[in-house]
Amino acid sequence: MRPAFAAVLLAFGGCGKDQPARFQPPPGAPTGKETLHQPAKLTSVESDQKDALGRPLRVACESCHSLRETKPMPSRPEELKEFHQGLQFRHGELACTSCHQASQPRSLHLATGEPLPMPEAVTLCAQCHGPQYRDFKAGAHGGMTGYWDLSKGDRTRNHCVSCHDPHSPKYAGGHPVMPPRHPSAQGEPDTKEPQHHE
Amino acid sequence: MSDIFSRRTVMKGAGATLGAAAFAHAMAPLTEWTQDLSVDAFLQKHYKELTRDEMARILVHLKAEAKQKYGRDVDIQDLPPQEGVSFGYALNLSVCIGCRRCAEACHQENNHDRSTGNSYIRVLEMQQGSLDLEHGNANYDHPVPAEGKYYLPVQCHQCDNAPCVKVCPVQATWKEPDGIVVVDYNWCIGCRYCEAACPYHARRFNWTKPEIPPEELNPDQGYLSNRVRPRGVVEKCTFCLHRTRAGRLPACLEACPTGARVFGNLLDPKSPIRWVLENKRVFVLKEELGTRPRFFYFFDK
Repeated sequence: MRPAFAAVLLAFGGCGKDQPARFQPPPGAPTGKETLHQPAKLTSVESDQKDALGRPLRVACESCHSLRETKPMPSRPEELKEFHQGLQFRHGELACTSCHQASQPRSLHLATGEPLPMPEAVTLCAQCHGPQYRDFKAGAHGGMTGYWDLSKGDRTRNHCVSCHDPHSPKYAGGHPVMPPRHPSAQGEPDTKEPQHHE
Repeated sequence: MSDIFSRRTVMKGAGATLGAAAFAHAMAPLTEWTQDLSVDAFLQKHYKELTRDEMARILVHLKAEAKQKYGRDVDIQDLPPQEGVSFGYALNLSVCIGCRRCAEACHQENNHDRSTGNSYIRVLEMQQGSLDLEHGNANYDHPVPAEGKYYLPVQCHQCDNAPCVKVCPVQATWKEPDGIVVVDYNWCIGCRYCEAACPYHARRFNWTKPEIPPEELNPDQGYLSNRVRPRGVVEKCTFCLHRTRAGRLPACLEACPTGARVFGNLLDPKSPIRWVLENKRVFVLKEELGTRPRFFYFFDK
């Protein structure tokens, strides 16, 4: 009865099929969720190899560590072997064991000594980086993708490790994209953008 | 002799000739009628006077036109502003590294002409300690961030007291209830007054027909935002209203690798944008002009 009534209303209201698909929030739409991005870094390591499609091949921690015991944590990064060899470390005066458990290097620990699984590293970072964590919680640090309006869809927040390598956390720059179309004008502080861009 | 060519007859003949010439000249634009302009488009009313049915017909026409000109099926919508939503944007200058990924995302999302590399975002390389926009360099091409510099991305500030809106002689640009300053590309006459009036150099003019390969065309389009603009009209950033009015984040925000950008509803006290405005040291560009921008900048420290 009710759908038929609605159809009649629609027909007389001029909302035919050729109408533009105006956005209407679906009735009783579930509220979107905010999820945390899970960077591959937390569960795998780089192998320096490429797969068939030329993408960098990562090796899951479990590939090796499910088969053999993890050795105790070395005191310096230079002592690391095999997959962990050559690790660059530039993160203040921290020791490996400041974050990793000495006996179980695959998991972390808080300053209290309480163990912490890898994917929850945000809590670990927050111990020292309070202002960043405060901004992150407010949605003002780290960036996001998806919906600003959670009643319309989901949103994914970046993890600390999505952008910062925990062993060398300073964000690396690089060469900018979208190169200027008139390179001759480049570097002159007074130059405006070329005329046809304006 | 005088019977045939009386003064009156001569005057009549001269008058008729002049009249015909004037008429022909007045009609001259019709001889230049191109395929770019259909009769429907020529007779189209102002956006605010269009009924839903008329808009529906226009959208059907625009989609067919896009298919014919750009060889791809596109979806052009006319999303209305949402009730209780007023958009605001903030950018953290402490973390922006000037990589121009926002400008690139804008270029792709908003269907800009590929050859000119156009974008609604211009990233200025600035001397640390200076806020003089006239000395910002938009043409830097070296690894970033450079020593002693900071980076200031500038796009439309969606001013609440917008000079560009005031100068438009035909009201082809106006402020929407959710704060976005839009352009009806079908109503714009291309006089570029708005471009001259904008203190932030945020408007762009389409000198040529934008060229975009079909596979690069963004098919998710809006009538007031990223549908491919015709030649000879002014265009501008709309905070990606075809996305944001559907609840999504703007393309430039999603593309930012440093998370410098914060977007949201100014009327929602729990939104990240409100948190930034209430807790950070926020400023706007050229505040003294009284434009009341909705685009804010802040530093972490």
